[in-house]
Amino acid sequence: MKIPKLLQFAVLVLIAYGIFKAPGWFGVPIPGSLIMMYMFFAVVTILLVMTSTEKSAQELFTPIKALVDDPSKAMTRNVVFAVIPIIGAVIVFNQVKPSFEAPVELRATHPAPPSTLRAFNKSFNIGTLENPMRKLAKEDPAKFKELVKEGGVVYYRNCFYCHGDKLDSKGHFAQGFNPLPLPFQGKDTIAQLQESFVFWRISTGGPGLPKESTPWLSSMPIWKDLLTEDEIWKAILFIYDYTGNVPRSWEK
Amino acid sequence: MATKDERYDKMAYEFIKVSITAYSITAIIGGLLAFSLFMFYPDFMKYMTRLFGPTMLAYALIFFAESASLYIYYYGWHAMHYGFLKWVHLTIGLVLNAVGTMLMFLANSWVTFMLSPGGVDAAGAFQGDIWKVIHNFLWNPINLHRFVANIAYGGSIVGAYAAYRFLSARNETEKAHYDWMGYTANLIAIGALLPLPFAGYWLTAEIYAYSQQMGITLMGGVFAWLFITQAVIIGALFLSANYYLWCGMERSPGAYRYTKYIKYIAGVIAVCFLVWFTPHTLILKPWELKTLGGQYHPFLGPLGIMPAKNTAVNNMLIFTFLSFLLYRRANKIPTVSWAAAGSAIQAAIFIAAILNIVYLGVYYGYFTNTVYKVASSVPQVASTLTVIISCMVIDVLMFKGAKDVGEFRWGKMPQRSQYALFLLAVSFTWLMGLMGFIRSAIRQHWHVYTVMRDNSLDAFTPTIGYAAKVVSIATVIFMAIVIFIFWLSQLSAKKQEDKSKLHPEVIPYEPAAKPLKPETETE
Repeated sequence: MKIPKLLQFAVLVLIAYGIFKAPGWFGVPIPGSLIMMYMFFAVVTILLVMTSTEKSAQELFTPIKALVDDPSKAMTRNVVFAVIPIIGAVIVFNQVKPSFEAPVELRATHPAPPSTLRAFNKSFNIGTLENPMRKLAKEDPAKFKELVKEGGVVYYRNCFYCHGDKLDSKGHFAQGFNPLPLPFQGKDTIAQLQESFVFWRISTGGPGLPKESTPWLSSMPIWKDLLTEDEIWKAILFIYDYTGNVPRSWEK
Repeated sequence: MATKDERYDKMAYEFIKVSITAYSITAIIGGLLAFSLFMFYPDFMKYMTRLFGPTMLAYALIFFAESASLYIYYYGWHAMHYGFLKWVHLTIGLVLNAVGTMLMFLANSWVTFMLSPGGVDAAGAFQGDIWKVIHNFLWNPINLHRFVANIAYGGSIVGAYAAYRFLSARNETEKAHYDWMGYTANLIAIGALLPLPFAGYWLTAEIYAYSQQMGITLMGGVFAWLFITQAVIIGALFLSANYYLWCGMERSPGAYRYTKYIKYIAGVIAVCFLVWFTPHTLILKPWELKTLGGQYHPFLGPLGIMPAKNTAVNNMLIFTFLSFLLYRRANKIPTVSWAAAGSAIQAAIFIAAILNIVYLGVYYGYFTNTVYKVASSVPQVASTLTVIISCMVIDVLMFKGAKDVGEFRWGKMPQRSQYALFLLAVSFTWLMGLMGFIRSAIRQHWHVYTVMRDNSLDAFTPTIGYAAKVVSIATVIFMAIVIFIFWLSQLSAKKQEDKSKLHPEVIPYEPAAKPLKPETETE
């Protein structure tokens, strides 16, 4: 039996919705804002495919036309014309009704660094700065390992309260902050950054963030007032080493 | 001149008529912009004039050359229509394009100087070499990007014009002509759209290389969400371009052999599109934030970074090209003996390229380090270009002297397909406004980046919502002007009937005149 086009359309839309909602059933929901965008384009694509040939378009639209034109479908028409506005009203009501939930924020979490950084009584060029200890990974692996270990000590004395003992941003204090501390695990945070960027973020903390995209609301301390330059570089070695990431290098 | 097909001549003449009005409006708006800049930013303009004075003079002179070639090209159309004179006419047309491109390159140097000043010292003082000022760091990347984009945009505007005339056509001949015109224009637009992301990628990489700060502001920081909007509009461009090709298969009686593949192509393009606009930093409700445990999604987070985007866009391009290949062969049956082998080789090239693109994106993007994360984009682009060039060459050779399945039916297009052409033009305009704003705004509080600050009291970087509204309003105004120009071109072709000659009985009585005889019998 051939399934009517309009029904096919409805089923496909529902399948798409189910696919986007499914991760939520396993505790990793796709955010509602993104599902809305995904659904918009899923519906558009399904419509485009179904109207790409005249025959298919007619099959899709004929029942809709009949619903409007055909006097014998008056009862169905009345039901549909009543139900659609009600569904629309429910959606609108749910979107605008007052709630105790904090409003959604459109946040940029990737700040642009300055071109130069003043710290430890000198000036660093962020556009060319490299970790002075990184070269030891090849030149003196034993020494490098030692530095990573020392970096670990720096990390666990200062950073792990927020960034977590597994560097996954699940430290003791983490849930008290909004935005949450940055996780270092995965391939999409520090793996994408040069070490100079990380050095700048650690050195100047929340107050060193640029003026645009405020309020950053970062609770990161100004570590250059609390740690030495070497300690910061060592901590950077540690966070890359622990997570198995290698920092992005400058393009030659 | 190559095909001797009169339709090309008619299309070019028709559109140069439209361009004449557009040219005047461009000059008026350009003047308005220049006066506004001098009025609102006198010190900045004084600085720019001091640096770029000679180029501004050259600009004015080249503008004269453009006007001269445009008017000779237009008014000399019928006087230079055959034989050698047609070659002269064609040459004037090429000169018109060349001087127009020179004008664009000159104006680009002003704009790119503001982003990446060259030929001046840290305080902005001129070092004596005007070429260094013109040939600043971002000049060539933007020249290339705008050159390709202008071809694509020009194609889309001609397409919109053809759609407008198709929808208002009064007979089948007109419909067929404007259908053909829309198809040709769309082909030009898509042809230039395919390499455009690569030119854009080069420009962005150069911005990042020039200033990490500007690069991150552009795509990771304050303008990141406008880039998501850009991704959505680019996706709309690809979908509408594909949709037009799919609908275009209706013209071919043999298309039924290929229409079954449309749903798969659409599926791949849709998936790529979703990856393309998935943001890295998500908009989360508090409960979602709590459930996910952070701003980044464990599965979608990796889709938010460049290796995923590059993989998606390259596949989108390849599948758009596949739509075009299917459209091309919809009405043809190859007669060469190696047709089956040719198709198999094409399929193999497609599969190999897709696998290579996905492998490069996944392996180099997520399992290697450092610079390879983005450098893998170059071999990905090479794979895409290999598919396009090699498959096109095979296709042309394979379908040389091919049999037609039936009569190709120009004009047999559903009306809805024409709205895809409109959408293409609107999307391009919108994108241009949006990206133009971002390109300009990444300087933030600088008139000339790191050299001259914008110290105006009311200077501010617009919020993304405000900017999006202004760009959208500008798009609406621009499209209204374009429609006005289209309407004007139709108006010029209309002739009012002299009703006095058609209906002598309505002529007022004039005692001194001789009795009138109708020249035309109406009944």
